[in-house]
Amino acid sequence: MKVDLKQVEEACKELYIRALKILPPDIKEGFQRIDKSETDATAKAVLGTMIRNIRVAEDTENLLCQDTGIPIYNITIGANVEVDGYRLKQSIIKGCERATREHPLRSSVVHPTTRKNEHTSCGRAVPVIHIDFVPEADMLSIEMIPKGSGSENNSWLKMAVPADGIDAVKTFVVDCVLDAGGKTCPPTIVGVGVGGTADLCVHLSKVAATRPLGSQCDDPEGARLEAELTKAVNQLGVGPQGLGGDSTSFAVHVETAATHITMNPVAVNMQCHSARRARATFTPRGLEYGF
Amino acid sequence: MAHYDFNMPVSEQQTRQLKVNDTVTLNGTLFGIRDATQIHMFDRGRKTRFDMHGHAVIHTAPNVKKVEKSNTYPAGYAQICIGTTTSARMERFTQPLMREYGVRIVIGKGGLFAASQAAFQEMGGVYLAIIGGAAALETTWVEQIEDVDLDDLNPESLWKFRVKGFGPLLVAMDCHGGNLYTRVNAAARDKRAAALAALGVKGD
Repeated sequence: MKVDLKQVEEACKELYIRALKILPPDIKEGFQRIDKSETDATAKAVLGTMIRNIRVAEDTENLLCQDTGIPIYNITIGANVEVDGYRLKQSIIKGCERATREHPLRSSVVHPTTRKNEHTSCGRAVPVIHIDFVPEADMLSIEMIPKGSGSENNSWLKMAVPADGIDAVKTFVVDCVLDAGGKTCPPTIVGVGVGGTADLCVHLSKVAATRPLGSQCDDPEGARLEAELTKAVNQLGVGPQGLGGDSTSFAVHVETAATHITMNPVAVNMQCHSARRARATFTPRGLEYGF
Repeated sequence: MAHYDFNMPVSEQQTRQLKVNDTVTLNGTLFGIRDATQIHMFDRGRKTRFDMHGHAVIHTAPNVKKVEKSNTYPAGYAQICIGTTTSARMERFTQPLMREYGVRIVIGKGGLFAASQAAFQEMGGVYLAIIGGAAALETTWVEQIEDVDLDDLNPESLWKFRVKGFGPLLVAMDCHGGNLYTRVNAAARDKRAAALAALGVKGD
């Protein structure tokens, strides 16, 4: 299968805008679920406003949140796809720039030391682009995630030691949720990376934080941790916006990787309640948008 | 718990009467301010031509569209999406905002800390919590971008909005030492041991 790069550019533009405006169905269902179980009056009111905002954004075709985030594009390429990798990256960057200029969107991206904003949502190594390969033959998919800074500013890595065991992982996650308080715009999805190298561990925490609600870690050890930790962090009473209540997190998601005999790394990355993402899938049938 | 409708600007007496868990809705002028705006104002000696005495500031950097100046768009900007950012990063600016510019209300999300609380107590200020991430709704409360200053910092310019029915916002920090965040946080830390025990963590 050949992929038209002009179409990729167009899709990358469209995806940024779609992600900012339409919340995925699993997140909307997550809101319904926690709204039903919430017992605190303030928290109920806060959740009510968030749910109302989702409707207003759709009715007015506006952005859910003003934070256009740091743009992330996750590309998955099937075995039979023929594509020029370098030009693919250029098309993604072009699409991201065009979304920013043509909608227009607030460019939230600046140089790290001069703080200069190019007003393109792009800069050195941004958008973040991840490319992976899968066996499904005729398929190229692009997932777009505008990662907001309120949640991203609450990211942690701890290189614990093997002697601290899994208790170090559990304690760290609980302490990160306490540290974050209302700053991450709870209810959050708490993403936890366990194992790997330092950079892989942090990457896994981001993969976990941006996974759809209802999905499970495909490592049974990770899945068990998810269930235990989801219960534990929602015992703390931080609540929506850190103003108290039962609904601190929609879920804790865990991703694991093998690690070194001397290492026990754990990373936490959070996703805010505006857990935005959008997907475009190219197949021989054409281009399809979804989540 | 009482509700107040404020036409901006307000007197010190009006903000001093507010207590945690009261709600406030704003009408009239609201200033939008952000990290870079305040770094330039307080670390780099820049001044704004706006008179912010008795006014409210909101921690924001909006999505806007450049348009021709007109009666509808006096600043040459149309609002697209206006929402609120995390306040914690801007903690050290609350005091100079109040002391040097006479600001009386700070609107944000996630709360501020001890230095802001002290400034609120001393000068009669409050922190109003808005729901972060509810920007589409918040935008419907903004009638117009009336003016803009320090616009080379765009989108972190100093924005002058005209708002109508902006709220209800929750009084989360008052000038009497009341602070919803520290209250919730202390209660959450009290539950830490039980949460770790439920996870089977030994000897923390």
